[in-house]
Amino acid sequence: MPASDPAVETSLPIRSDADLAWVRQQVRQSAANLGFGLVQQTKLVTAASELARNTLVHGGGGHVEVTPLTRGLTRGLRLSFVDSGPGIRDVELAMTDGYSSGSGLGLGLSGAKRLVDEFEIDTEPGRGTTVTVIAWTTGVPAARSEV
Amino acid sequence: MTAPYPVHATGVPVLALGETLLVSLQGELHDGMAEQLQQDISHRIADSGANGVIIDISGVEVVDSFLGRILAEIAASASLLAARTVVAGMRPAVAITLVELGLTLPGLTTALDVDRALELLTRRSTPSASDGREKGT
Repeated sequence: MPASDPAVETSLPIRSDADLAWVRQQVRQSAANLGFGLVQQTKLVTAASELARNTLVHGGGGHVEVTPLTRGLTRGLRLSFVDSGPGIRDVELAMTDGYSSGSGLGLGLSGAKRLVDEFEIDTEPGRGTTVTVIAWTTGVPAARSEV
Repeated sequence: MTAPYPVHATGVPVLALGETLLVSLQGELHDGMAEQLQQDISHRIADSGANGVIIDISGVEVVDSFLGRILAEIAASASLLAARTVVAGMRPAVAITLVELGLTLPGLTTALDVDRALELLTRRSTPSASDGREKGT
């Protein structure tokens, strides 16, 4: 498991579309500080935007925890999107490209997964959803086994 | 709601360049603003009779599936109002990200920058304005 530095972890609320914009800015800033390249920053911020919107639209709001990580010489950023909404009944279905329970294109979860190195979803009907993603700065090829 | 053109509700000005509308998106666009912009552009097309819309996204750092859908829907509704839409100035990092996200937006016309978008729109709307002047016998 990667070592984390809890001292610099920040938690950002996700309650409105103004918060989505704020989350994008903060994630971009954190990624830039950690030395992510421009394309990597853009991918991570885009993934964050998709997941934060899910938290808002499907989870009824929540928050995101932003944690810088270190693994040897590699640095990373972990984002955990937490809501206490209705949860996801069928995760496999929700991860399918094009499937949407809302007004989106159904690319939120599946698309976000393709944009990061690690992706984990923890959900239970009635108890909310936590989606955790990690992106590393360099060298680590993204897991694309299912693409 | 009192103004005839509620363009400022979004903070995004819609400029008229001849028969083309130019919209320049800058920085962070809230979801609500993007949806409002869709309405503003449609109304402006209907009111002005514009036959082209250029959406300049060179100032946009992130296009997610929501904004992508809005851009595609603006183009689709503009098309129903007889106007062509060109999305101009997408950043390379945004293009790479969109492909990986799985959002390829078929049907959306793009141009590298506003100049080329304008060229594309005016060339199509006045097909043989210059060609017709060729000397013939």
